[in-house]
Amino acid sequence: MYSFEPSEEQKMLIDAVSRYATSDLRPAAHDAEENKELPPKLISKGWELGVLQASIPEAYGGFGERSAVTGVLAAEAMAYGDLAGALAVGIPGLFALPVLLIGSEEQKKRYLPPVIEADWRAYTAALIEPSFDFDPNDLKTTAIAKGADYILNGEKTFVPFAANAEAMIVYAKLDGVTKGFIVPKGAAGLRVGEEREKYMGLNALPFYKVTLDDLKVPQANLLPGDFAAVLDASRLALAAMAIGVAKAAYEYSRDYAKERDVFGVKVAQKQAIAFMLAEMATEIEAIRLLTWEAAWMSDTNKEDASKQAYLSATGAMDMAMMVTDRAVQILGGHGYIREHPVEMWMREGRGFAMFTGLAIV
Amino acid sequence: MTIEFEAPKPIAQQQFVLKTVAEEMMRAKSRYFDEHEHEIPYDYIEFMHMAMRATGAGSLAPKEKKEEAEDPNKPKRPPIGYQMLAHMLEMLSWGDVGMYLVTPGGGLGAAAVQAAANAEQKAKFLARFGEEKPTFAAMCMTEAGAGSDTSAIRATAVLDKDKDEWVLNGEKIFVTAGDKSITAYEKFGKGFIVVWASIDPKAGRAGMRAFVVEAGTRGVRVEKLEHKMGIRCSDTATITLQDARVPFDHILGSPEVIKDTKGFKGAMATFDATRPLVAATGIGVARAALEFVKEKLTEYGVTIRYGLPRQKLTNIEREVIDMEIMLRSAWLMVIRAVWMADNAKPNAQESSMSKVKAGDVVTKITQRAVEIMGPLGYSRDYLLEKWFRDAKITDIYEGTGQINRLVVARQILGYSGAELR
Repeated sequence: MYSFEPSEEQKMLIDAVSRYATSDLRPAAHDAEENKELPPKLISKGWELGVLQASIPEAYGGFGERSAVTGVLAAEAMAYGDLAGALAVGIPGLFALPVLLIGSEEQKKRYLPPVIEADWRAYTAALIEPSFDFDPNDLKTTAIAKGADYILNGEKTFVPFAANAEAMIVYAKLDGVTKGFIVPKGAAGLRVGEEREKYMGLNALPFYKVTLDDLKVPQANLLPGDFAAVLDASRLALAAMAIGVAKAAYEYSRDYAKERDVFGVKVAQKQAIAFMLAEMATEIEAIRLLTWEAAWMSDTNKEDASKQAYLSATGAMDMAMMVTDRAVQILGGHGYIREHPVEMWMREGRGFAMFTGLAIV
Repeated sequence: MTIEFEAPKPIAQQQFVLKTVAEEMMRAKSRYFDEHEHEIPYDYIEFMHMAMRATGAGSLAPKEKKEEAEDPNKPKRPPIGYQMLAHMLEMLSWGDVGMYLVTPGGGLGAAAVQAAANAEQKAKFLARFGEEKPTFAAMCMTEAGAGSDTSAIRATAVLDKDKDEWVLNGEKIFVTAGDKSITAYEKFGKGFIVVWASIDPKAGRAGMRAFVVEAGTRGVRVEKLEHKMGIRCSDTATITLQDARVPFDHILGSPEVIKDTKGFKGAMATFDATRPLVAATGIGVARAALEFVKEKLTEYGVTIRYGLPRQKLTNIEREVIDMEIMLRSAWLMVIRAVWMADNAKPNAQESSMSKVKAGDVVTKITQRAVEIMGPLGYSRDYLLEKWFRDAKITDIYEGTGQINRLVVARQILGYSGAELR
């Protein structure tokens, strides 16, 4: 059957997330970006909504079952408030969800409860590498088996909260394929950059370079499962967040256009602007449906689920770039001024081309 | 409620059969009917008529509720009529959209009756489509000076009170299947056209009404059939009405001119149902073109490496991936719009959005496909060049891409027609 309406349970979760996103994240977004810091209390409040906890089974400290569909709904609602805030709230998931998705039973029992049952604490993952041809399925970071250990070497960038992370998943190429390794805080050979990375957007988040210099990881810390499951889940999350950011920009520019006077009418009454808005709304809907379907395919183990997750993420990044660019355009000079949030959303919009691995649902 | 994307079982079964029809009865004859414009594909028409009579599928006419006692223990299934129709149209258009347009069953004419007529009228006008001979109906809205701007319609209907008849005058153009609907063909049943005319030219839209004019009505004439860029199998007629008389009860909606435009808007609601269906036909053409490109690329040993970051993709891979994103997301918009129609949810916005998107997508995909295939794309040895020509109409008829953008814009901005012109 076709059906396009979230369940009652999903609606309740989205309502709660939306309330937090609009009344907590959004009002804090501008200052967080300017001050390069998110208030810890704000993050804790988001964590207490229990989005991640609800996708971890009771046996591992959570109170639910993972659903990609629920995940994309929540991710969109969260990112609609503020992308940096949404990513920060979800950071423990960068560690917990790969353990859930591709970890062994033993790893799940050992590593999940401390993350899930506690207050928000930084856990993270190191996937992205500082190279123009970065490809998550063809990493330059290597892992080589040596005795009872793996030896990891390589350089990572875009690692959020690395400086104070309790533990992280480091991804490296082992026998030609990408594998995840659990690395605790302070492991010998794990070097976190001294200064924060500086990017075009997401300034509220602390990102670091991480260098792996003959990092020794015991065999028991290798996540045995197929990395594809993590990549799919990340693509779905980012597609949904791109939709959230695009929706925020679209609505802001739409409301602005309905207020702004020009030649005796509102600027939204000019077809040149009205048509732009109509196309923005149409593209957001199109990619949202594609992403919902991809998530549903993932939940129901459809054959082409990975491909569709890839198509969704690719389509979503183009859509987000188009929509955020137009939002700035509609505000004109005001769109370029940092008082309005649309320029921030446009900087974030471009980022979806390289955010792989920064969010997982 | 949930979020689900599984096509209902009856649709999956129907698709299997329709694919065979599309391949064997349509694709096989595509080139012939493209090159023999205005010839009638009797084999296809008769086959479809027979098949639809046997299964009851495909007509826009309402299915009368069966009198059988319903089993109260049987769980009620939500209606899927429009969803089924969208899938059907997509598959037949994947076969050949020109030929699909001459599928008997009432088309847009019946859709207008379905949307705006009362129960008696529905019974009177729609029953014919299930009878022995294939029967057509058409919608006559456009005039030489009135396309998307329907308030510019000049055709008139005047009530002759003595005879209790409407007298219609005017000229209608671009009437899809107009000839088959109004001309008496031996092999076809008696069809009708739905003519839009004003009962009070001073009243603007409030005076606009639709009238059912049956085949054989005196004063109605097919003036000419257009020669077109594509969809050549479909006849596009110019029809004149000169003192054409129809019985009083052939008016759809109220004969009174009320100050508001409710009557007009009610009739416009037809488009909420038909726009996603027309969008579905475009999706069928786009899918045909994309599948052709992918098959040819495979033949030439080119594989598409899904999953690679974009900067590592070749241009052709990038094109194909973008086309897949466009096609799938556009199709889902169609499905969502018809799902809403089936579930009686107001869908004016979603319906027009699906048409905006499909119009864009089908023209882009066919244009790029021809470019990618180079000489193969331009050659009449293959059907791709024909799909390119067929595709363009999707962004024009049943509301151009621009008029649909206007509809969407008014919806999302909460503007009236006066506020956003």
